[in-house]
Amino acid sequence: MRYLPLTDDDRRDMLAVIGAASVDDLFNDVPAAVRLKRPLDLPKGQGELEIDRAFTAMAAKNLSAGAGPFFLGAGAYRHHVPAAVDALIQRGEFLTSYTPYQPEIAQGTLQALFEFQTQVALITDMDVANASMYDGATAAAEAVMMANRITRRKRAVVSGNLHPHYRQAIETYGRFNGFETVLKPTDAIAELIAAIDASTSCVVVQNPGFFGGVQDYSPLAAHCQSVGALLVIAVTEIVSLGLVKPPGAMGADIVVAEGQSLGNSLEFGGPYLGLFATREKFMRQMPGRLAGQTVDTEGRRGFVLTLSAREQHIRREKATSNICTNSGLCALAFSIHLALLGEIGFQRLAELNHAHAVQLAERLTAIPGVTMLNDSFFNEFTLRLPKPAALVVDELAKRKILAGVPVSRLLPARADFADLLLVAATELTSDADMAALEAGLREVLS
Amino acid sequence: MNDWSRAVSGFTIAGGGGRTVESDETLLFEEDGAGRCGVDLPDAPKVTDRLGGLRREGRIGLPGLSEPQIVRHYTRLSQKNYAIDTGIYPLGSCTMKHNPRLNEKMARLPGFADLHPLQPMATVQGALELMDTLAHWLKTITGLPAVALSPAAGAHGEMCGMMAIKAALEARGEKRVRVLVPESAHGTNPATAAACGYAIDPIPADARGRVDLAALKAKLGDDVAAIMLTNPNTCGLFEDQSPQIAEAVHAAGAYFYLDGANLNALLGRVRPGDLGIDCMHINLHKTFSTPHGGGGPGSGPVAMAASLAPYAPLPWLVHNAQGFRLIEDAKDEAAHALGRIKAFHGQMGMFVRALAFMMSHGGDGMARLSGDAVLNANYLLASLKDVMSPSFAGAAMHEVLFDDRFLGDTGVTTLDFAKALIDEGYHPMTMYFPLVVHGALLVEPTENESKASLDRFIASMRHLAARAANREADFFHGAPHNAPRRRLDEVAAARKPILRWRPETKADAAQ
Ligand SMILES: Cc1ncc(COP(=O)(O)O)c(C=O)c1O
Repeated sequence: MRYLPLTDDDRRDMLAVIGAASVDDLFNDVPAAVRLKRPLDLPKGQGELEIDRAFTAMAAKNLSAGAGPFFLGAGAYRHHVPAAVDALIQRGEFLTSYTPYQPEIAQGTLQALFEFQTQVALITDMDVANASMYDGATAAAEAVMMANRITRRKRAVVSGNLHPHYRQAIETYGRFNGFETVLKPTDAIAELIAAIDASTSCVVVQNPGFFGGVQDYSPLAAHCQSVGALLVIAVTEIVSLGLVKPPGAMGADIVVAEGQSLGNSLEFGGPYLGLFATREKFMRQMPGRLAGQTVDTEGRRGFVLTLSAREQHIRREKATSNICTNSGLCALAFSIHLALLGEIGFQRLAELNHAHAVQLAERLTAIPGVTMLNDSFFNEFTLRLPKPAALVVDELAKRKILAGVPVSRLLPARADFADLLLVAATELTSDADMAALEAGLREVLS
Repeated sequence: MNDWSRAVSGFTIAGGGGRTVESDETLLFEEDGAGRCGVDLPDAPKVTDRLGGLRREGRIGLPGLSEPQIVRHYTRLSQKNYAIDTGIYPLGSCTMKHNPRLNEKMARLPGFADLHPLQPMATVQGALELMDTLAHWLKTITGLPAVALSPAAGAHGEMCGMMAIKAALEARGEKRVRVLVPESAHGTNPATAAACGYAIDPIPADARGRVDLAALKAKLGDDVAAIMLTNPNTCGLFEDQSPQIAEAVHAAGAYFYLDGANLNALLGRVRPGDLGIDCMHINLHKTFSTPHGGGGPGSGPVAMAASLAPYAPLPWLVHNAQGFRLIEDAKDEAAHALGRIKAFHGQMGMFVRALAFMMSHGGDGMARLSGDAVLNANYLLASLKDVMSPSFAGAAMHEVLFDDRFLGDTGVTTLDFAKALIDEGYHPMTMYFPLVVHGALLVEPTENESKASLDRFIASMRHLAARAANREADFFHGAPHNAPRRRLDEVAAARKPILRWRPETKADAAQ
């Protein structure tokens, strides 16, 4: 077997040193009754060639996003990732290292994380950020638990404009952790404010919202502050921050985000990376790992994992979170992509996304019977179709056009949403793609 | 010459710039040059914006760099890292095995990597087939009938499993408040149980390093929801009373959660389901070789017995004559599903890698894999037991636990010993974990080390043990001497945390 270096001679020599007659004897602590006495009923081992063939065949059964016009978003976005990103994250020194527990020989990972934290703090306009969570949804659930700890309250108010998967993750954590989640099926600030009471630990909103609209949450932040609740703002399309007023400038106390858009491909939903940022005063209540700057015994700058007294390996049941492995390599990819973009590129990328979405919206709303729900948007918006959106999407998929996400896929219980379609554009959306979607929609709807 | 210094001299030649890995690498932000950009993007078409007046104002503060600067920056950073690719990485409990590049290649096939999670299911049948195949392998290996694929890592899998247990208890109309956790458990176990609203009740180990069965039985009662046990445990020992534990736990109406972090030792030899457990997480990023990436991502599917399967989180993957389908709502057959624990369907990129690994070894190769892992660990134990202090007698499983008795009154601590190993060219073993012995050193070689590699490692360990016995404490206290950094001041880092770069830092320094 190509991954196993020991030869039979090695095994014999090693057993002699150990003083055991066979490898099986090393398992003598396992009671005979539970030892498996036959091989597993699974296919035999295969070489690279066979595996490559089998996987390529399975992959070929899928319609990949790049195979035709593509307009899906709803929390996962298709962007162009510069070639240097994948080349760099595949360096074995990054790819095959562990969590940087031995800082003297992990400065590469630690410095990259310190830079990542800085980038996240800058684009969200917050004071500090951690070294990543699993994804945006789990980051949102952790944000609520952090708000509960800080406020010593146990009730989260969730906006109807929060991604349904994020809301459901919060509800699940709440059910088992023991906090209440109150869904307000609206993003109207006045109604969200009306839902806040003395037991409310936080309000969770999303910007741009799940349906695509952008909104200034400053008035909500001010109200939250006046009643001792925290404002959590979620961002599922991080590229928006190149153009849209950032959550920090609106007064958010915690920002959670999905970072997949930068550096990471769609991957059928994972692995992605949760971003988590907050105010300096809440730093010690944060979940997850933190890289910090310090010096070595010779006074040279270096980086370490820090404030680990918050974490499970030190604090055990009193930890701020149970998270251990996070999304390290995805964070590195994010960081390299954002470093390549820089100030100018990040803003240009956002401009390009927005302009394409505006063009697409103009084309699609010109189709008879199609209307748009949004007053404002970044790179994604919601259309009302004269037919059930899921049927339209399936019909267009047969023509190899991936038209968008029917809202019913995520909110099936809302019969009144059956005709809503979420459509996203990015820098990858060409004029020809837009023309193809427009023509396809006209045909399917006629 | 050892691995690390060989690597260093390699850089000296290749880099041409001398002490590359030992030199400072500036931060991205300190290289900043306004006006540079490492990506050429077309001009955006002119449109009337629809941002509702919410345009971002002012400078963000991101540095501007060209592609060559970025590539050099990250290449130089990478050279400051130790990695499996550069040498043995004997972190106990972490199973740092080789990461086959075939798996990387397969995960990047556009038919997997370039798929949106919410595409119509008819367009992702191959992806769902892969997930179903992975689930089948995991079920066969564990001997359990169901598997939840969505957990993102081990700790997330623990959460999933403990939530399922709580849901099952609620369905029985019971509210139990305590979870039993052995003192040797990983920190995520108590942290998870606490996050699920349980009080932690620790169980001591016996003199053999296993759970004290009598103490366990004494703690059982009708308020105990579950036990969380690791097997092989974090001392590298098989919990040989697992069947009796299962019996006692079930008799008390509680559930048996198995932390599967150490599954590598059992592959093809013991199906955890046969031990009577109710559920377990599997770290694809340990047992099945998906790369650790400097801290993640992972993937922690949870295999479940029939007792817990109805409560598995959403989505569920099912298939019939028409093909594969995801159930994304808690209704019909999934009516008791505990809900969603993250966005979308799980760590697909990790599923592809893990399945490629499993299929490479094959069902017939699993026992050879675990056999080599256990053989390597026992070879280390046999070769070091006269100069170090193994914590428990008898054979080890896939990892070996030493404590600091062999360091005696030399003035050398476990930490010093670990840091000195860096100078020998090795990544240290896991230190000070598990907590059940003093100054733990937990060594896990995995199946991927050759005998020659182990012999070199053993020689270094013996050399250091001899220097410690020779009372060369000063040498140890100064270690590491030959790494990119000497020991770092972690106390200062925590006392006055600097968690990001700020422009004023540079200005202050210049004054
Ligand atoms: C025994 C044990 N349990 C649980 C975990 C947690 O797994 P993860 O880091 O994937 O969350 C680990 C890994 O660090 C472990 O060693």
